[in-house]
Amino acid sequence: MTSSLEAPAKEPLSSSKATIVLEGVARRYPARRRRDEPVAALEGVDLEVREREVLALVGPSGCGKSTLLEVVAGLQDADEGVVSALGAADAQGRRRVCAYMPQRDLLLPWRDALGNAALALECRGVPRAQACRRAAPLFERFGLARFERARPAELSGGMRQRVAFLRTLLAGRPVLLLDEPFAALDAITRAEMQEWLAGALADEPRTAVIVTHDVREALILADRVAVLSARPGRVVAELDVPEARPRRRREVAADPVFAALEQRAMEALGC
Amino acid sequence: MLRRRYLLSGLLLLAILGIWQAVASLPGVDHLTLASPGETWRALRDDSHLLFSNAATTLLEVVLGLAIAVGLGAAAAIGMHLFRPLRDAAYPLLIGSQAIPVVVVAPLFVLAFDYGIGPKLAIVALICFFPVTVNLIDGLRSVEPELVKLMRSFGASRLAILRKVELPSALPYLFSGLRVAATVSVIGAVFGEWAGADRGLGRLVLLGINQLQTPRVYAGVVILMAMALLLFAAASLLQRIAAPWSRAELPA
Ligand SMILES: Nc1ncnc2c1ncn2[C@@H]1O[C@H](COP(=O)(O)OP(=O)(O)OP(=O)(O)O)[C@@H](O)[C@H]1O
Ligand SMILES: [Mg+2]
Repeated sequence: MTSSLEAPAKEPLSSSKATIVLEGVARRYPARRRRDEPVAALEGVDLEVREREVLALVGPSGCGKSTLLEVVAGLQDADEGVVSALGAADAQGRRRVCAYMPQRDLLLPWRDALGNAALALECRGVPRAQACRRAAPLFERFGLARFERARPAELSGGMRQRVAFLRTLLAGRPVLLLDEPFAALDAITRAEMQEWLAGALADEPRTAVIVTHDVREALILADRVAVLSARPGRVVAELDVPEARPRRRREVAADPVFAALEQRAMEALGC
Repeated sequence: MLRRRYLLSGLLLLAILGIWQAVASLPGVDHLTLASPGETWRALRDDSHLLFSNAATTLLEVVLGLAIAVGLGAAAAIGMHLFRPLRDAAYPLLIGSQAIPVVVVAPLFVLAFDYGIGPKLAIVALICFFPVTVNLIDGLRSVEPELVKLMRSFGASRLAILRKVELPSALPYLFSGLRVAATVSVIGAVFGEWAGADRGLGRLVLLGINQLQTPRVYAGVVILMAMALLLFAAASLLQRIAAPWSRAELPA
């Protein structure tokens, strides 16, 4: 399939060299009041993500998943340790190779869906009209046809999430960092969107880190699952997920291999 | 819903008019201090040309003064938003400017400029600058930090963040400020005219008091109130056109 998105990865496909490397990463938030202790969000995180690999990051609430993603995205700096993405070790360099999708969709209410999807392109200096022309053909493929002119308030939760994902994709970066992309959706829409994202990632192969609360979701989407401990977060288990992507939700639910993996992930989470 | 709103407003207005008329017809009420609604209405009708030509002058002062306040206020707010030291330095002065007793300095303005429109614009702008600027600063700061983070991750420049995210988010706040400014602007213009003018509704009212033409004074005040209401409604309408995603306060 020819991609209408500029393929950002210059490297040969399926090489196994690491795209994202974290070594001994720690991040502490300074205390709000003077007598409080600083909050240690991450402590001694070691993690590698290979090229075109999809890594799912699961962990209990408040364990530092969003923090980890923002550190990789270059929106925060680690207090200790080494972070690099495609060889860029400084925050600014990481910002240039990573596209980050925050926990909430954060669509601009005054722009229609097309304008929102084009936002990342515009930030790269593409004029508005041209950015919209480039985003438009993707609406069909992402199940958003005929909703180009709708404002976010007129879209369903799943559609808003698709627009947000499209916007992230159009940033044209080789690394995708998705923070709980479906947490705000109802169970049925979430199930639909998981398969949809699995398909989208098969169409548009990228190196991706997906944060989620949901082990099942991780097993549907990822090549590998990293389990974080409670705060301060560090990687306590890494599980390889067998079978090629994209996977269907039903297969994952029925297959005993996945059931065993789910069991191991839950154990690592301490459940 | 809307119909009921207007109905209630109308009823309240009628009640007030009724009480006004009743008080005015009490024996012993001095007709030089209180004109009845009927007398006011007759003044409105008989002096309509005089009243409305002066009202046009005042309206022009108000609208131009507001425009100046919005222009300067927007520049000040954006400057203070982009440069933190400027905000820290200028915010106390901004608040202080609200304590300037406009009634007292108005004659100084007239001395400094002349009898023309200049001092009126200066006074209207001085009064309106504050609500516009403070609301716009609040609006610019109201943007979710997450959104700014997202823009930074897209590689947006500071200016792009201002243009694409902060200014549109601040628009409804600007209009809130504008509605407050619109209502106080009329008072500003009247002060300006009291300090020295050769036309305008404020001057007409002042003359009316001196010449004991009480009904005309009341008629002038009624027109000033209508003007404030009209400006408020215009600001709300403008908000609906410029920022349809936000909910504008319904004009009365
Ligand atoms: N800006 C901040 N200042 C201070 N503390 C923070 C800040 N951001 C996060 N924290 C703290 O750091 C810890 C990790 O936060 P983070 O948002 O990374 O967790 P998370 O795993 O993404 O949680 P969730 O699953 O609820 O999204 C939390 O205890 C939080 O209170
Ligand atoms: Mg989070």
